[in-house]
Amino acid sequence: MTQREIVLPGTYIEERKGRKIVNCYVEGEKVFSKVLGILKISDEEISVVPLAGKYFPKVGDRIIGRIEEIEVSGWWVDINSPYRAFLPLAEAVEEFVDVRRVDLSRFYDIDDIIFCKITKVTKNKIIQVSMKDMLARKLFGGITIKITPYKVPRVIGKGGSMIELIKKKTGSEIYVGQNGVIWIKGGKKEKAIEAILTIEREAHISGLTEKIAKMLGE
Amino acid sequence: MEEFVKEYLNQGKRIDGRGFKDYRQIEIKHSIVSKAEGSAFVNLGGTKVMAGVKLDIGEPFPDSPNEGILIVNAEFTPLSSPEIEPGPPGEEAIELARIVDRVIRESEAIELEKLFIENGKVWIVYIDLAVFDIRGNLTDASVLAAVKALLHTQIPKIENEKIVRGEFVSKLPVVYKPVSVTIGKYNGNLLVDLNKEEEEVIDTKLVVGVRDDDKICTMQKQGIGTFSLKDVENVLDLAIEKSKELRRLL
Amino acid sequence: MKKTDIPLIVNGRRIDGRLPEEIREIKMSVGEILNADGSARVSFGKTEAIVAVYGPRALFPKFLQESDVGLVRVIYSMSPFSVDERKNPAPDRRSIEISKVTKEALSAAIFIEDFPKAVVDIYENIVQADGSTRVTAINAASLALASAGIPMKDLVAACSVGKVGDTLIVDLNGKEDNYSEADMAVAMMPSKGLITLLQMDGRLTKEEILQLLKKAEEVCKKIYELQKKTLLEKFKVEED
Repeated sequence: MTQREIVLPGTYIEERKGRKIVNCYVEGEKVFSKVLGILKISDEEISVVPLAGKYFPKVGDRIIGRIEEIEVSGWWVDINSPYRAFLPLAEAVEEFVDVRRVDLSRFYDIDDIIFCKITKVTKNKIIQVSMKDMLARKLFGGITIKITPYKVPRVIGKGGSMIELIKKKTGSEIYVGQNGVIWIKGGKKEKAIEAILTIEREAHISGLTEKIAKMLGE
Repeated sequence: MEEFVKEYLNQGKRIDGRGFKDYRQIEIKHSIVSKAEGSAFVNLGGTKVMAGVKLDIGEPFPDSPNEGILIVNAEFTPLSSPEIEPGPPGEEAIELARIVDRVIRESEAIELEKLFIENGKVWIVYIDLAVFDIRGNLTDASVLAAVKALLHTQIPKIENEKIVRGEFVSKLPVVYKPVSVTIGKYNGNLLVDLNKEEEEVIDTKLVVGVRDDDKICTMQKQGIGTFSLKDVENVLDLAIEKSKELRRLL
Repeated sequence: MKKTDIPLIVNGRRIDGRLPEEIREIKMSVGEILNADGSARVSFGKTEAIVAVYGPRALFPKFLQESDVGLVRVIYSMSPFSVDERKNPAPDRRSIEISKVTKEALSAAIFIEDFPKAVVDIYENIVQADGSTRVTAINAASLALASAGIPMKDLVAACSVGKVGDTLIVDLNGKEDNYSEADMAVAMMPSKGLITLLQMDGRLTKEEILQLLKKAEEVCKKIYELQKKTLLEKFKVEED
């Protein structure tokens, strides 16, 4: 099996040789793919990047979520996944809060959009997010769109090149969540959205960067 | 309990002390419901099923105008288990009825052509299964009950185009005694007659319907496990072997 | 199994002209239903099934959730116009049973531990029925699941085999389904040689069953190659 080859569920890849495996399973020493995706093999890892599927949160991912429900000690967040995440009070607010007196909607209300970080994912898919991250913030105004999570790296581009190109050309404020949710505000919003959706549709086609640059014009 | 059962199985034992090829105690009674044209009750290690046969006159199916009709129904009465909710049959009751139906129908146990009365009129044989207690292996118990009931079913007299209940003219023409043997697979071992606890742990089963001449008339895999082709061969051998034992009880 | 006056095999050919071991023409495609997370259409001769997959998605009500594994649900249904005599659209006992065994057949291949508390819903619709509908639907479901990114041990391929008169055949059409001496539906994970669905009706000796299983395995392997080809073509990626 070679790099960047498309594999299917059940495709035999190679021997494990002590490596970490992602989206694969083993039978003895033999590694097989679990999903339809693109194969990435290195000395440390054998992984399959899914070509389809829902967002499954990973610790460290920065994502865009929407406050769904307010609890006594925190908030439930819709993270565009089969699972929702919990934002505990302690991870959201610096000051001391007397929960008996204070209404939590003061800090984050239903439908608020936040850019936060996944800090915990248990085996049973209990997910925790935190706002205590350098880049975390509440996103005011703007609109959100959703793309397939596995296409996010393409939208960001190598070293952020693609997303920076879009931001520069449109003047829009853009946040990209690993969970496939993208927030855009101001500037030539529509052009930005068009560019992003084009990337999603044609992620696999070569010459994409040039095409997007041309689309966004001077 | 699950861990307990698995421990025993891993050591080649069963929690009730049986061997992998042993059935539990089976008690069969027949003709217990006088209103039915045929009936039987089976207690298989605690699993209790009653089968009642009622005969009625009806129209044949268009593509088999000279044949009688067989209809099998199953009902898990709310008495049978804490998990059963009253209401129409769920997927398990439906599957059970359909398996029992197929074992009897495909084995051609009932001579349906002999149930022809006159043009446009045939006997309809209704087999209703009532499940009263579920302690594992409902399928085999139900097939035993249904076939036993059929073996003691009598055809009522018809007078002036109406059925005279309680007066009989002949026995239902039953020429085979099919049985089902449900076999579970765990850790490469095959087991018969899974009790309730074992059914919760063993997720791979094959129901095999066997006729008197060792022909297989039904197979139904159940559960989310898998069988290799070799497994199926071993299951069939075991099913044919055990079918003879079960048939002796009928 | 009803008897028929029409001979099902004449001079070694079946009523539709096929040889005993010949499969009908197979068509497969993926991704037609845009709303679904995965979808596929498969036809074997005149039998056609369309399947849509939704999930994994949150499972409600909560009491249905199992904390350590996900749930797979299947609804198999036949369109009223799919058969000669219009079929009532309400779910009937046969459809309910088929849904159950299909769910079990596909669950055997799916890594349900990868989406605890969530559910994968599989909706199978038979658009046209000419025998072997449940296995046709399973072939489509397999493609739909893979294209939805659902983690599986292998694709699942399925076919029907049986006996008409004294001849063992594969891929039964509608008439053969109705009038055969026996018919058997088999689904398996072809690269593992493991059977996930097995149903048989009729009268067969143990040896006949084993012979038929071997033929089913061969046919499933052919179907598997077609499934793989269909998925690879759909998701072809060019080097950037």
